[in-house]
Amino acid sequence: MKYALLLYADETVQPDYTTAEGAAEMQQWFEFSQELGAAGAMLGGEALEGVATATTVQVREGSTITADGPFAETKEALGGCYLLDVDDLDAAIKWAEKIPNVGYGTVEIRPLMVFDEE
Amino acid sequence: MSAINAVDAAFRGEWSQLVATLVRDLGDLSLAEDVASEAFVEASSRWHRDGIPRRPGAWLLTTARRKAIDRIRRDRRFDDRREELTRLAEDPPEVPAEKLLDDQLALIFGCCHPALAPDAQVALTLRYVAGLSTAQIARAFLVPEATMAKRLVRAKRKISAAAVPIEIPERDRIAERLTAVCGVVYAVFTEGHASASGTALLRGSLCDEALFLADTLVELLPDAPQVRELRALCRLTDARRATRVDDDGLPVLLRDQDRSRWDRSKIEGGLADLATAQALTSGGSASPYGPMAMLAGVHAAAPCYESTNWTAIVAVYDTMIRRDPNPVLALNRAAAIAERDGPEAGLAAIDAADPHGALATYHYFHGARADLLARLDRTEEAVAAYTAAIECCDNDADRRWLESRRAELT
Repeated sequence: MKYALLLYADETVQPDYTTAEGAAEMQQWFEFSQELGAAGAMLGGEALEGVATATTVQVREGSTITADGPFAETKEALGGCYLLDVDDLDAAIKWAEKIPNVGYGTVEIRPLMVFDEE
Repeated sequence: MSAINAVDAAFRGEWSQLVATLVRDLGDLSLAEDVASEAFVEASSRWHRDGIPRRPGAWLLTTARRKAIDRIRRDRRFDDRREELTRLAEDPPEVPAEKLLDDQLALIFGCCHPALAPDAQVALTLRYVAGLSTAQIARAFLVPEATMAKRLVRAKRKISAAAVPIEIPERDRIAERLTAVCGVVYAVFTEGHASASGTALLRGSLCDEALFLADTLVELLPDAPQVRELRALCRLTDARRATRVDDDGLPVLLRDQDRSRWDRSKIEGGLADLATAQALTSGGSASPYGPMAMLAGVHAAAPCYESTNWTAIVAVYDTMIRRDPNPVLALNRAAAIAERDGPEAGLAAIDAADPHGALATYHYFHGARADLLARLDRTEEAVAAYTAAIECCDNDADRRWLESRRAELT
């Protein structure tokens, strides 16, 4: 089963990665990704720049509306994702529990849609 | 036994096991449900004509497996299961009893998986473990059948799309997952128990379903103390079912209930469960159901209201409040103090129970104060307290009762 683990966190709570505390968390991210890879469970993963760098685009009635900022104004912002291939939801939950910012953020687990080949 | 009775008995006894085994065979809850239902439909015509099979459960399983083979013939998702299923249908192996129980336990844990919404967990458990139809579950929860059908379909879709495992969790997860399972059973019980009037008969059956589910859990996990505590609580509370409301559907206070109509066998069973749980926890409690069952047990053991062991009741509340300091528990403790030491002491305890006014809109708080004030002949204050209780009461039966008490004072 393939899942996306979408990582949400309040950007004002997450550590500054230039400080010692931030560097320690960065090390945890690195180790987590390595562990995931070594277990053969990782299909991919990326971290995103902060919402201050986000741009939203919509096309309505033929014209493009471009704006600064994320689509939804929520306290917790999407900060990255992992793509996993594991046995079932419990296995995905176990990985989610180990994600470095799950202690102050939220991990949303979404199965990837399967398209029939026929 | 007639064929119809035999099918009914098989349904009650075999449904959950049949679905559980088929889920293991097929890895698909919806398909397991469909072919299990079809097997029962076939049983009701075939058993009538050909006689009741010697082993109804085995007959149903083989019939359901054959139906499944027909269904998955052209479905590529089942490519890797077809051969095995054919072998199982043609030559069903003797399965050891523990394996059968494991499949049932897996089904229960799957239905009560925390990734599913609480109301979906309840609906799935009643459908697959207790064997209620969608219409029956809808009636019991007072929602339209279409709403309940949609809830079940959505839950099943999530189970299959997100691969929610229908499996016994890993050893170190069992305790927390079992808490969720007990929560579902208790939610079914309180739903049946809470509504006192009008629909009482209909919803009383939810108490029976909860007791059935608790029996199943005890059978599967005889050494889990929280399961024993849960069943003790359900049994001891349900023992009073016949006396909880009068002929007009009004609630009857514990002190006025006809104790000769309490169900002795349920009381004895509940007390035995409590004793087993206490032996398993060396006298402690494994879940919130433990102390609640102890309270119900003290009441059940008293031959009349006056002989209730209030000291024991206060002691149980003390342990509960130590674990979870909340004003509703303090209010109940105050009511026990009033019984033990008199209305004056009770009133002082009530006022101490809620220093921050958290219970200002809780009608039991004002009702309990009103009762004690009336017993102290402070009639005017009692009437005012009943009025406050009536104003924040959202339950018809309780409001009618509060109004009748107020009328007696004026």
